[in-house]
Amino acid sequence: MFSWFKYKNFPIFWKEYSKKFKQKQPNSIENTRFVIFDTETTGLDIISDRILSIGAIGIFNHNIDVADSIEIYLKQDQFKAETVEIHGILKEGKLTKLSEAKALEYFIVYIENAVLVAHHTGFDIEMINAALKRMGLPKLKNKTIDTGILYKKLEGKKDAHFNLDVLSKEFNIPKHDRHTAAGDAFITALLFLKIVSKLKKERNLHYSDLFRVSGKEGLM
Amino acid sequence: MKNTIAERIYDFLKNFPPFDVLEKEQLFKIASNVKVTYIEKDNFVFKQEENPHEHFYVVKDGAIGLFRNIDNEQILVDICDEGDIFGLRPLIQNDLYLMSAKANEESVLYAVSVEILKEIIETNHKVKKFLIASFSSNIKTPYAKGTNGQLFANIEMLQTSNSSFTEIQSAEFSKNPVTTLKTSTIKEAAKIMSEKRVGSILIVENKNPIGIITDKDLRQKIATGLFSIDENVTAIMSSPVKTFKQKITVAEAQIAMIKNKITHLCITIDGTNKTELIGVLSEHDIVVLHGNNPSLLIKKVYRAKDVNSLKYIREKTSNLLQGYMEQNIPITFISKIISEINEAITIKAIELSLEEMDKQPPVRFGWLALGSQGRKEQLLMTDQDNALVFEDVPPEKYQPTKQYFLQLAKKVTEKLNDVGFEYCPADMMASNPKWCLSLSEWKNQFDAWIRTPTEDAMMMCTIFFDYDLVYGDKKLVNEMSDSIYESINSFEIFLNFMGRNALRNPPPIGFFRQFLVEDDGKHKDQFDIKSRALMPLVDAARLLTLSHSIKDKNNTVSRFKKLIKAEPKNQDLYLSCIDSFNILLQFRTQQGLTNNDSGRYVDLNKLSKSEKLSLKGCFKPIRDVQDLLNIRYNLAQMM
Repeated sequence: MFSWFKYKNFPIFWKEYSKKFKQKQPNSIENTRFVIFDTETTGLDIISDRILSIGAIGIFNHNIDVADSIEIYLKQDQFKAETVEIHGILKEGKLTKLSEAKALEYFIVYIENAVLVAHHTGFDIEMINAALKRMGLPKLKNKTIDTGILYKKLEGKKDAHFNLDVLSKEFNIPKHDRHTAAGDAFITALLFLKIVSKLKKERNLHYSDLFRVSGKEGLM
Repeated sequence: MKNTIAERIYDFLKNFPPFDVLEKEQLFKIASNVKVTYIEKDNFVFKQEENPHEHFYVVKDGAIGLFRNIDNEQILVDICDEGDIFGLRPLIQNDLYLMSAKANEESVLYAVSVEILKEIIETNHKVKKFLIASFSSNIKTPYAKGTNGQLFANIEMLQTSNSSFTEIQSAEFSKNPVTTLKTSTIKEAAKIMSEKRVGSILIVENKNPIGIITDKDLRQKIATGLFSIDENVTAIMSSPVKTFKQKITVAEAQIAMIKNKITHLCITIDGTNKTELIGVLSEHDIVVLHGNNPSLLIKKVYRAKDVNSLKYIREKTSNLLQGYMEQNIPITFISKIISEINEAITIKAIELSLEEMDKQPPVRFGWLALGSQGRKEQLLMTDQDNALVFEDVPPEKYQPTKQYFLQLAKKVTEKLNDVGFEYCPADMMASNPKWCLSLSEWKNQFDAWIRTPTEDAMMMCTIFFDYDLVYGDKKLVNEMSDSIYESINSFEIFLNFMGRNALRNPPPIGFFRQFLVEDDGKHKDQFDIKSRALMPLVDAARLLTLSHSIKDKNNTVSRFKKLIKAEPKNQDLYLSCIDSFNILLQFRTQQGLTNNDSGRYVDLNKLSKSEKLSLKGCFKPIRDVQDLLNIRYNLAQMM
């Protein structure tokens, strides 16, 4: 009863977003929209740190679609001078910035029911969910893929664990705009295309394989 | 909103043609709509005969091989690497892919929407030029069967969308021309002209044009009292008239007027004088359309009284040339115009020289332009190559006759030198006793070259075979031509020797991108565009037309056109030769104008990628036509 009442009070964009998950979801790599995204934050603490920017780009039918991309910057009271040297976002920069609520709305409208992909998804998803919670909204409903885990599905990479820099190098991806949300999202998108392509070559890749956490069977 | 990804793609694309010539906003629009795709080694981007995608591709990383599938064999046609575009032609021409594109190594491609590019083509003629050049290189492989004339259809499509190409627009002619019947008197005709306020009147019979009377006729033939105003119009009309089809372009009209020294062209239904007259195109119509009129320059040449005015006109012509190149006007048109002006200047120089002589020429003679001027392919001021032929005279009169013509030739060559056509360093000029000969002497000379085809003799043939009568007696020269063909026919192996000579410069490109450059000498590491690219085509065209006994065609493009008629099966190849020749000639001219020299040597390091690409494309037809010569004349055995 309470949750129904709460649902009633959700803003329209969230209702529209939720509706997208009530339909039949795509079930092949080719007809799924993947959104590869990255966030830049003031730090690594889910509770106290804040999102400074979100970059995201869509992939459909093995094509990265530059027209289907967003790059948003957030206005935050939280500011940590020590992380500026990583992401380069100043408190009073020239960039047009949105309030956290506006930025999250923009992001939610953009992602729809796409499969979210990030390198080490966990952190980015948690940061978004924390922001949603501050807005009184539930967690993201999207399926997610972690390129770090996807990489481990490749032959001989089971126990490997690498950051984006190392993988960019292995996959010959130029590291332009590293540590900007959009730049990292684009690098991750290329990484995703390449890993999927290699997986397809190695075996008969099923859509569901993308989501299965590898190595588990081996441990059990 | 900031768009880091699109900016990065923009930064990449802006280094490569045709993106390098786009406006910033145009390119950013393209970059923001790119789709990025990844292709594993040995996977296909598209396959031959497939329907075109919505996008064409730019190689971001890796290499894509383009293959033609012939008899189940994959033949590698080209390799595209970073910055190269492929898969565009079928999209613009709504055609199937003619080749397969397969990743030679893993590749990242940028897929660019053809719709956005089409919008840009409409407004950016540099892009258009690049695309025309790259199309002509892409589809002109000997394997491109079944694509007859597509390139031209394509060029028309691209060019007509741009109104700055006035020369290839259809000329606007005056409809409902003023006419009268051939039974009218001159007085009646003049009255009609006055009433209608026109400068010319057409004489028609059954609505077909048979003659024309202009203000000039009334001035010269009536006002002077030569004819009575009561006489029939047929007495003074110029007849027959030059007739053309409705679709005549400004360029064609200008050339026809210059060539025939007339000011009015009749437009009839089917372009002959046997059908109904539907309009008149006057020189005035063209002047209105096209302010900078080369026929005005020609007129000035006719009126020139001394060498200085000729020199001035030739300088003006250089400006005109520069302007034409900048306006991106088709090179065939430019070379026709410039050649006509050069020819008019030469004629004037001869006329002025004749006036200076004590007496009239003792016998008939002909002044011949040789080499590139003879072929009407001379755009830049290069040195003069010419010769003189005079009628046979009894032995006792030979010496004084020859002396007369040598003296005349000396005056002419001096004048040409003053105008700016420098003396030929090899002394291939009519003022040289060796090249100022009687008809029989010339016949013997050609016969000797043909029968003893030494390397030197071949060299001479390549220069002297491309003669063009500039001034003098046409019959004399025809006799000379006939005699040359007789000699060739009676000594057929000569053509094989010519073939060997035509192959003396190998295809100018090595494996894929390697240009062959000069190994030593002053022009080390430069590319000799004349001898390595233009001459092989010129030589091939000459040899092939000789083998068909095609006369009166000295111009390389006209020769290939004649050859297409003679050998329809080789249409693709010869069309591609014409394209290549035009692009190369334009290139050389541009080089010459930029560096203020003959444009012969090209510094490869100074070329843009687009220029290299378009040059590279021109070499395929050269290799192909040389292959054809090789097979046809069994040259492998002779080498």
